[in-house]
Parts: sequence; C-alpha cells; structure tokens
Amino acid sequence: MSDPLASAGTASTPAVAAGDELVRVENMVKHFPVRAGGLFRRSVGQVHAVDDVSLSIPRGQTLGLVGETGSGKSTLARCVAGLIPVTSGRVTFDGRDITNLSRGAMRPIRREVQMIFQDPYSSLNPRRRVGSIIGDPFAIHKTSTGGERKRQVQDLMERVGLNPEHYNRFPAEFSGGQRQRIGVARALALRPKLIICDEPVSALDVSIQAQVLNLLADLQRDFGLTYLFIAHDLEVVRHVSDSVAVMYLGRIGESGPRDPVYRSPRHPYTVALLSAAPAADPDTAAARQRIILTGDVPSPIDPPSGCRFHPRCPKAEAVCGQQEPQLEAKAGDAATHLTACHFPVQAGENLAAAGRSEPT
Amino acid sequence: MTLLEVKDLTVSFPTSDGVVRAVRGVSFGVEAGRTLGIVGESGSGKTVLTQTLLGLTPGAEVGGQALFDGTDLLQLNEAQMRDVRGARIAVIFQDPLTSLHPLYKVGWQIAEMVRAHDKSVTKQQAHTRAVELLGRVGIPRPDRRVDDYPHQFSGGMRQRAMIAMALSLSPQMIIADEPTTALDATVQAQIIDLLLRLQRESNTALIMITHDLGVVADIADEVMVMYAGRAAEKAPKRDVFYAPHHPYTKGLLESIPSSSAAGGRLKPIPGSPPSLINLPSGCKFHPRCGYVLDRCLAEEPMLRPVGQDGFHSSACWLPLQAAGLSEQAEKLRAETVREGRGEAAAEVYEAEIAEALGSEGSVAG
Repeated sequence: MSDPLASAGTASTPAVAAGDELVRVENMVKHFPVRAGGLFRRSVGQVHAVDDVSLSIPRGQTLGLVGETGSGKSTLARCVAGLIPVTSGRVTFDGRDITNLSRGAMRPIRREVQMIFQDPYSSLNPRRRVGSIIGDPFAIHKTSTGGERKRQVQDLMERVGLNPEHYNRFPAEFSGGQRQRIGVARALALRPKLIICDEPVSALDVSIQAQVLNLLADLQRDFGLTYLFIAHDLEVVRHVSDSVAVMYLGRIGESGPRDPVYRSPRHPYTVALLSAAPAADPDTAAARQRIILTGDVPSPIDPPSGCRFHPRCPKAEAVCGQQEPQLEAKAGDAATHLTACHFPVQAGENLAAAGRSEPT
Repeated sequence: MTLLEVKDLTVSFPTSDGVVRAVRGVSFGVEAGRTLGIVGESGSGKTVLTQTLLGLTPGAEVGGQALFDGTDLLQLNEAQMRDVRGARIAVIFQDPLTSLHPLYKVGWQIAEMVRAHDKSVTKQQAHTRAVELLGRVGIPRPDRRVDDYPHQFSGGMRQRAMIAMALSLSPQMIIADEPTTALDATVQAQIIDLLLRLQRESNTALIMITHDLGVVADIADEVMVMYAGRAAEKAPKRDVFYAPHHPYTKGLLESIPSSSAAGGRLKPIPGSPPSLINLPSGCKFHPRCGYVLDRCLAEEPMLRPVGQDGFHSSACWLPLQAAGLSEQAEKLRAETVREGRGEAAAEVYEAEIAEALGSEGSVAG
C-alpha cells in the first residue's frame, strides 16, 4: 500500500489523452449565494454545489455521473451545458473554451449540446402540438422553415420510434415512454455532439425503461453521440457508461473506467453505494453485506472539513477530518482509476464489519 | 394464521369516458410476521387495491371480500373503518413530504395520531410517546427533533417520521406504498433495514407495494405480480425470480439492466400497458407477449397452480412445466407456440415485432 499522502496536490485532472476528448472540465467550482431575507438580500453563506471538479469525456463515449440528492451532479451538468455560469474553473468543449461565454457567443455551441430531462410530463408544454415542440430547435436556430421543417420533424419522430402521423397530437395523448421519446427527438433535432441526460429513465416503468435505454444506445452508435449520463440507479449507469464518476457533496470521490470502479471500488462511499443498491436477485440480496451508512448527507452550505465523507465513513481516522484527500490513482489501480481517499478500500475488505455508530 | 384474506376483490370507477376497471378479481392472503410484495407498473391496480382495503377509494364500485382478523373490511362504515385505519392497519406512502402537514410540528402530528385513537392519553403522554417513537426509528436527538417542522427534516428522516407515525398505535399490519422510491440508494437501504427490524420485533404483517424488483428481492416472502388489474403470477419470492412462469414476469426480469449484460442490448417488453377503460380481449398481456397463442386472444386465463407445492400460481395458457429461464423451459414454450399459434395470433405477434423494431428506431437511418 502506498503512502496515501505522498502524491497529494498534483493529480487532480483525469489522465485522458487530449485530442479525442469532447468535453473537458477543469477545477470547476459553482457556489450559490445564500441570501438573508430583507431589503438588501445580504449574502450570508455559500452553497458549495460543485467544488473543484475535473473530468473529461472522450468523443463518442458515455460518462456516467452517480451521486445522491445534493451531490451536485445536476449543477455540474447545467454548468457544462452553459445554462448557468460557473464560479471558477474552465469548461472546454470540442477544443474551445466555453466558460462563461456571452449569450451570442454561446449560441452556436448550444446547437451542439442538448439536454434530456427526467420528467417527461413537465418538460413538454401540454398546450403545444408534438410536431411544433420537436420543431422548436429548427425554429430557434432558423435552420429550416415550413414544409422542410415538417419533413425533418417527421423523420426525427420515426427515428425515435414515434409514429410520424402523430405530428399534430398533444403530449397528453402519449404515454410516459413515448413522451420521453419526444424529449429525445427534440434533443436530437440539430444533430448535437453532446447530449446531457439528466435521469432520463427514472420516471419510467421498468419495461419501458429498457426501450428508452436501447434507443439511446442506438442513437449513440448511429450518430457518434457523446453522453453525460446522470442517474441514481447504479445498474442503469453501469449498463450505459464507459466510465463513471461518483460525486459526494460537490466533489468527485472516485472516477474511472466502468468495470474497475464497479468491480473493485476503492472509495468507502462508492462501496457503500454499491452495497446499498437493490439487486433483483434474492440470492445476491441475501448474500450481500449491506453497509448501512449512518446519518444524512451534511449540508453543502457548511460542508465538513477535510474529506467531506468523513463524518459518515466507517474507515475515518483523525487525518480525514483535517486533510482533504486528492483524487489520484491508488497503488495497484490503473492510471485512469482515481480515488480521493486517505484509506482506500482493499480487495476483500469488509466495511460492513468496520461500521461504527455515529455519535450525533 | 392468515391475518388478511382478500377474496376476488374488484374495484371499478365510473368516469365520463367509461368504466375504469382498476382491479378485476384479485385474491391473496398475508400472514402475521410475513411480507407480501406487490409488484406492478403504473396502472396495474396495485395502489387502488390497497387503498380500497382501507376505504380510501370513494366513488368506486367495490366487490369481493377482505377479511382482516375475521372482519370484512369492505363492509365497515366510515366510523368503524376509522378505528381500523391507522390503529390496526397503518399506511406509509411514497412521498413523505406530501403526507406530513407542513404547518404542524412532526412530534405534534405523531402525538395527534395517538390521541385521535385513544382520548384517555394526555397531551404530555402523547408527546413522550412521540419522542420515544422517533428514537425507535433512528432519528438522532429525538427529544429536540420532535419540535421540528417537516421541512427541517431530510427526505430519509421524513420517511422515518412517517414510519414512526405508522408504528404509533402498534398496528397488526403495515401497508407500505413505494416507501423508498423517492429516496436515495443509501437512505433506501436504511429504511428497508428499519422496516425489517421493526417487523421482526413486533411480528407485524407487511404489504410492500413497489415497482422495484430489487426491493422485492430484498424483503418479500411472497410476491404477487400484477398486470392490468389482476394477479399475473403469485409465488414465494425465489420462484418468482428463478422460475417465473408468466411471460410478463419473465419480461420484467429480463428488462432490468444487470451486471452480466453491461453494455449489451436490453430486452424490453414491447408496447405499453393497456388502458383500463378499453382492455384488450382475452389475456390482457397478449398484445405485448412474445408467446401469444390463438387461445390468448379469446380466453382470459385464470390463476392456476404451476408448481408441485401449490404455492406458485400463474395466469397464463402456457403449459404448467414452462416455468423458469432454462433452455428446456424455453424449448417447451417454443413448441407450444408452434402448435397453438394460428393466423390470428401470428398477426398480433408480427405487430409486436414491428412495434419493437420501430420503437428502437431502426426503421429509418
């Protein structure tokens, strides 16, 4: 085992060869001010939504972003899409620095970065016809008009498995799975390079979820799409992702290619998360040592010192509360498998036994 | 002993668009100390079923019987039902934020529950009981948190508070309707752990309604899979997962992304669940079934035993031995299809294939 503190401070950017990457995020920070009520809306604190996060997504691949409520994964996605400005750090898209571009300068980029949202019910305007919803991107970016636009929209509908004859229907006439297809068609309209999928199948029934996941896989293959895929369902993320990043309270705890992270997770939080995910197999469920984390995720307004996971970590020692661990490759891991932990989990180690109750 | 025995329950709602036939003849039993998992997609009738047991479906036309400890729940008047609901059968809903009143303190709401059913309890006693219950469900510093408002609780803590409320009157049975769906994985694990522990301590019967087969694999003893208002399959947990007979159960299991097939193609069930106003003829699953036979178009199969022990039953026309995911079972299914699929069923099957291909977007390029 290496000295966990030896190489601290340097390796905060993932080691992916430049050139073949579509998205690169460097030391991104996003804080939201917490304002007091009253006349002057004084800022009384900061929500540390994303804190010093670096990652990159190779072209044509899928990065799965995992984390619980409040981990900052959606904020990160919105910053990458340029929907909200970052506090500091840099976002590079297709070789261009797009950090905090002006609206006008951002416009051509927006065609190449699209989003699919979680809730197919609230992300579609119920009073507009499906054809016009899907045609919006063409209208906004003035790429086509009239009959040409209608033909393009119907092509898209067919491509995502909707009946093109339903062009004039309203969203309410479609089922949940079909509505998500409408969202996919809209995102696909301008042939983007990157699609950010924010919990795209969480609201769907299991049998429908598989249909949409297969569709996303087909589209990626046919159009060479790159996905930033956010989900809380670890099996879904495992299915779609080439690489995975696990977020906790605004920071990345562990990241790397899918298989090493799932097969031999090093961060205690990743281990706990994987052990908590329900497996649809009674024998696996019975055999598993579930690590029950105590307490709740702390407030991102006043995150814990040192390692942010330390108050809930079964392995925490004094140093964890004092010193922030760096995201780095641990001994025995591939150079791309990074973990931010002073005491990474060893193969075969039983964290469930090491669990302790937290004094509160 | 069977605590709850539901016999041939039917629930329908007359609406301006037609009659919604939400539950169409469901029978099951739950024993003390056991957990029944009810699995199904949106619109399968799983929630209506349990709400009807508690008299929470006003305006519905209800038929059948639901014997709880000897009393038929469906015959109770509103006052009698109030004595059962909460006190003897407690409910935990999916969304703890909407089930707690935002303007009252959490502790007050629990205390109120206690006092509503037993007027002899003083306010002070009820408050003490609330603190005790919050402690029992693992809320840290319950004596202080008892005076918090629901918004001061996290999602997991709110669900714990709901569980505390459900436990307040020591019910014989708890109905949990998607209790962990709105929660994160690690919190979900905490809540499931808590429910299991409490069940062990007090021998409570538990009905767990969920769409998550993972949750069922974790905690259920028996499982009932519902589709379009009926039980498609009913069995001890292991049979459902390792020897599914109904093609819908099999389809659900196969459509879950599992680690073994990471990156490969998933096998979704084509189409979507039917409208409960306008149900298909025969077996309600036939328009989505890969093993559709001529018979399925005309006759709706009844639940019949498929295993040796009599505990495993399925509502499907496939031969009784055609259970499980083995090659042998698949061969038997294929044989049955070869013999039993005429022109009519073949047409349905082709439509399914077209739908599946179309929905995967491989028509245009």
